[in-house]
Amino acid sequence: MKITFDWLQDHLKTNLKEKHLLEQLTNIGLEVESVGSLSADNELFKIAKIIKTEKHPNADRLKVCDVDVGEKEFKKVVCGAANAREGLITIYAPPGATIPKTKTKLLVAKIRGVTSYGMLCSESELNLSDESDGITELSTKFEKSIGKNFFSKSKSNLIDLSITPNRPDCLGVRGIARDLAASGFGKLLKLKEKKIKPTTKQNLKIKINKEKNQGCTTFGSCLITNVKNTESPQWLKNKLISVGQKPISAIVDITNYVMLDINRPLHAYDADKIEKSIIVRNSNFGEKFTALDNKEYKLEKDMCVISDQKGVLGLGGIIGGTRSGTELDTKNILLESAYFEPRSIRNTSKKLNLDTDAKFRFERGIDPSSIEQGLNKAASLIKEICGGEISKIDIQKNETHKAQIVKFDTNLFEKISGFKISAKEMIKILEDLGFKCNKEKKYLRLTVPPWRPDISQEIDIVEELVRISGFDKIKTIAPIKERTKPTLTQTQKLFHFLQRAIASKGYLEAITWSFTDSNYNNYFKQTKKEIKIINPISSELGVLRNSIFSNLIMYISKNLDRGFKDLSIFEIGPVFFGSSPGEQTTVVCGLSAGKKSRLSWIDKERNVDVFDIKRDVVQTLIEAGYNSDKFFIDDKTPNYYHPGKSGRIFLNKDKDKVAAYFGEIHPNILKKLDIKTDVLIGFEIFLEYLNFSKKTLNDQKSKFTTSDFQKSERDFAFVVNRDVKAQDLINAISSVDQRLISNVKVFDVYEGENIPDNQKSIAISVTIQSNEKTLNDNDLEKINNLIIEAVTNKTGAKIRS
Amino acid sequence: MSDLKKIRDEFILKLKSKLDLSEINQIKSDLFGKNGLVSSQFKKIGTIVESERKKFASDLNVIKDELQNLINLKIDEVENAEINKKLDKEKIDITLPERPFVRGKIHPVSQTIDEISSIFSEIGFSVEEGPDVENEYNNFTALNTPDNHPARDMHDTFYLDEKKQKLLRTHTSPVQIRTMLKDKPPFKIIAPGRTYRSDSDQTHAPMFHQVEGLHIDKNINMGHLKGCLNYLIKEFFEVDKIKMRFRPSHFPFTEPSAEVDIGYEMKDGKIIIGEGDQWLEILGCGMVHPNVLKNVKVDPIKFQGYAFGIGIDRLAMLKYGINDLRAFFDCDYRWLNHFGFDPLDVPTNYRGLSR
Repeated sequence: MKITFDWLQDHLKTNLKEKHLLEQLTNIGLEVESVGSLSADNELFKIAKIIKTEKHPNADRLKVCDVDVGEKEFKKVVCGAANAREGLITIYAPPGATIPKTKTKLLVAKIRGVTSYGMLCSESELNLSDESDGITELSTKFEKSIGKNFFSKSKSNLIDLSITPNRPDCLGVRGIARDLAASGFGKLLKLKEKKIKPTTKQNLKIKINKEKNQGCTTFGSCLITNVKNTESPQWLKNKLISVGQKPISAIVDITNYVMLDINRPLHAYDADKIEKSIIVRNSNFGEKFTALDNKEYKLEKDMCVISDQKGVLGLGGIIGGTRSGTELDTKNILLESAYFEPRSIRNTSKKLNLDTDAKFRFERGIDPSSIEQGLNKAASLIKEICGGEISKIDIQKNETHKAQIVKFDTNLFEKISGFKISAKEMIKILEDLGFKCNKEKKYLRLTVPPWRPDISQEIDIVEELVRISGFDKIKTIAPIKERTKPTLTQTQKLFHFLQRAIASKGYLEAITWSFTDSNYNNYFKQTKKEIKIINPISSELGVLRNSIFSNLIMYISKNLDRGFKDLSIFEIGPVFFGSSPGEQTTVVCGLSAGKKSRLSWIDKERNVDVFDIKRDVVQTLIEAGYNSDKFFIDDKTPNYYHPGKSGRIFLNKDKDKVAAYFGEIHPNILKKLDIKTDVLIGFEIFLEYLNFSKKTLNDQKSKFTTSDFQKSERDFAFVVNRDVKAQDLINAISSVDQRLISNVKVFDVYEGENIPDNQKSIAISVTIQSNEKTLNDNDLEKINNLIIEAVTNKTGAKIRS
Repeated sequence: MSDLKKIRDEFILKLKSKLDLSEINQIKSDLFGKNGLVSSQFKKIGTIVESERKKFASDLNVIKDELQNLINLKIDEVENAEINKKLDKEKIDITLPERPFVRGKIHPVSQTIDEISSIFSEIGFSVEEGPDVENEYNNFTALNTPDNHPARDMHDTFYLDEKKQKLLRTHTSPVQIRTMLKDKPPFKIIAPGRTYRSDSDQTHAPMFHQVEGLHIDKNINMGHLKGCLNYLIKEFFEVDKIKMRFRPSHFPFTEPSAEVDIGYEMKDGKIIIGEGDQWLEILGCGMVHPNVLKNVKVDPIKFQGYAFGIGIDRLAMLKYGINDLRAFFDCDYRWLNHFGFDPLDVPTNYRGLSR
């Protein structure tokens, strides 16, 4: 909502300055978004006419225009707008002027070799509207104003307020003035109501159909005959321009003025174009009409339309139609002032994707009692400016709007706000805001003013009172430093732990979108359902991610393209397996590319490999408190991993839930996605499947025992088939005698010369130690044989001689 | 001159010259070997006349100790010289680089969430979570934002079905609803997490982070709200003084509602929080609307309290001088390295939030 201090003073008497005004507006909840003059040197902008256009010699899209700016000589201006044409009246900015929107200062400039003296401006460049397609088009009525200033000399700043959706009353200058007055910023002036003296009859029949979901409850109108639509007088033009509106013609300007002044949207029809009578009714499916935005709309069933015998004239409270629009030669006007239900307005505009100023106001709730006031105000202005005779006002009503009553317990104020004001002060504030207050025993019986549809219960009254009293009156009660519940749950602690444990292994934490490109996602989604977003911001972000890999790979690729070769990144966050709330799970997902020790003078460089990543994952799980003795690892992994270089980890031998996957990303995926790296290794840790014991860390630690007896280490080399797993050998050895075998370690794996094809040699060091005695040669020999026997039996291995 | 004195003088002289280890050992055996000069003198003790024997033995012991010490010193000296020579040969260029290492980093948003959690932990809030996909009811209707409410237009919502029943949550406020439906009052929670709006430009990202706060008890009023946020901002920005402004606003799920601005000024292109006369909006808050409490079966006559929602990314930008929101989610290796935090830098209240 744009206002000026000048305009406010039509409704508010105050001695205070603009500086105080800005502060006070914000203090009472009418946030000042920006303050500024339309243009610091707005007297430089002139009304001008294009006399001649020629094609620019060096550019197809540009034109060279001769422009009449009211001086002896025409100005040469280069212009790129499609609508720049001979005879067009528009707005000219000379060199030296600052364009309000871009704040750039114009200079005499050569554009593709042709010197341009100034510029022809679009409405958006002048902050008049969002219209940036082409330059401003002024009606031919401005012909006599060529050379005159477009902007008035008003020194009043343009104040842009952000009005919250609960305050339709403040979409009119008067509503803002009322709020200011209540807060002690001056006095609200009484409206000088001009009652019109009807001289004719309203002879158009108007009817609101009684239907289910009828969106219009009241339709007020009056007929103004024999008008002469003209250019608005300077005061009116200045008023509109001062808040950034473009004057069009007197009738349109007047309806706009009344709307901005008291938030009363009106609509003017060319009465001669209405076929017999007006019927306010629900639309039929498939009905069509062309709206004032020159678009044809196909209506659905039950939209509130204003129609005549021939068909739809307009969408009530949203937009009028071209068929009955007023034009310069319009002689007889039907002026509409109605009440449309917010819900109906909202449904219709949403379905048709239509946003207008009237819609914005009606969907927030218009004061139903302003119908006559609006007609009076607008009709008398039209008569004053355009002449004509005004008819008696006709009001059709389907429903009477009842005033809202709120019983307010004054104690609630302190209970919510934490500070006190007297009942007397409360009544003063509420009366200033337009409430009627009756003191009853324990309550205030309040009649809510009709322009406040947002108020229906006690808490709404508290808000009004706190807001107007001032939020600075609220005390600051320091919080008590006391904790009765743990801050984090076990799962949350684990989340934080894993996050930092992975980062401590050299990975940079990334945060990527929860959505992704379905092309990438398809490589990783496995059997999961694709979850589409109905209205994505782009097709590359069209689905919820089934895996974090899709985004991480995309970003790792971008970083590779930036010239980084050795990269480790990870993300901890949600992946989705359904479109219902809760169908998501938390995953820690990481990727590593490139080499270890690249360009090191001391270490040999090598590619990152699966066992680096396996270490990161296993170490992290151990650090998080899981017992690696119980881990079970095998090689069954999703198909986006290299089938021969990947594995999965279970926390225990029950193997019910996979705790983690790790391995090389399938080379085919790297090829298809054109990832420029020799090797890319990844892992996923599934938080939900890391079930933890309820024991505290302290309880989990077993009693501390050590053995003082001598330990001995024995080395074995077994030859096994190539597909036998090292883990099977380790398991076989460990199970021989858990009391004596304290450690089993693979220290060499060899294939090649001296080893038969399809076989490999695994060398294992076994630590043997007893808690009870020093083992003698006999004991050791016995265990030795048991180990060889167990491994041979379980894995078909042969001891290497 | 006695024999003893002669031996002593002769060997002291010898030991003063430059010797290697084998020469010293030769001297050692010459003196103290089986038939060494000193050893033979000891054998002589028995033959000395009694009146002189005591003095002779004593003199002999003094000389023996003296020579032995000298020999040991000489051995040390030679051995040291040899070690030093060896070490000298081993000298390397210590300015060569250390073995390579890589340093991981924590994302500034994660760090900020941990900082905020730590701050609220001290005043008794616990952390709650909710799903990223929400139903329409929890995200809007239960929060007193019915379908025809214009406030819905302010949330550019991503939908997952044509009926617009499932969506990506546009704020963390649905966690309020889930928490209150699950448990009984009092409630004292924060809920950090991802939020989504279909809005994408220089200052808006389609995904961002919020932290929700909710405190419901029997007599929690706007003073408590002000106190809590004042504490948060002071602790978070680690400044003693903070300029804070509460101004009325509107959210369907709170009433009265407020937006909170903090004072700042620009110095050398950087934002200084807590000084100056510029205002920066950082959060929205208010007293939980009785309609919301009714929707979650909490009696608004008995219980009342406040809620707030803060943009985490925004807070991180302010505290750590990050200019571009979009960069948070762009995964640029250089950016992550520059703005990331060491994983050991865990924000705690006893050690301080940041270094």
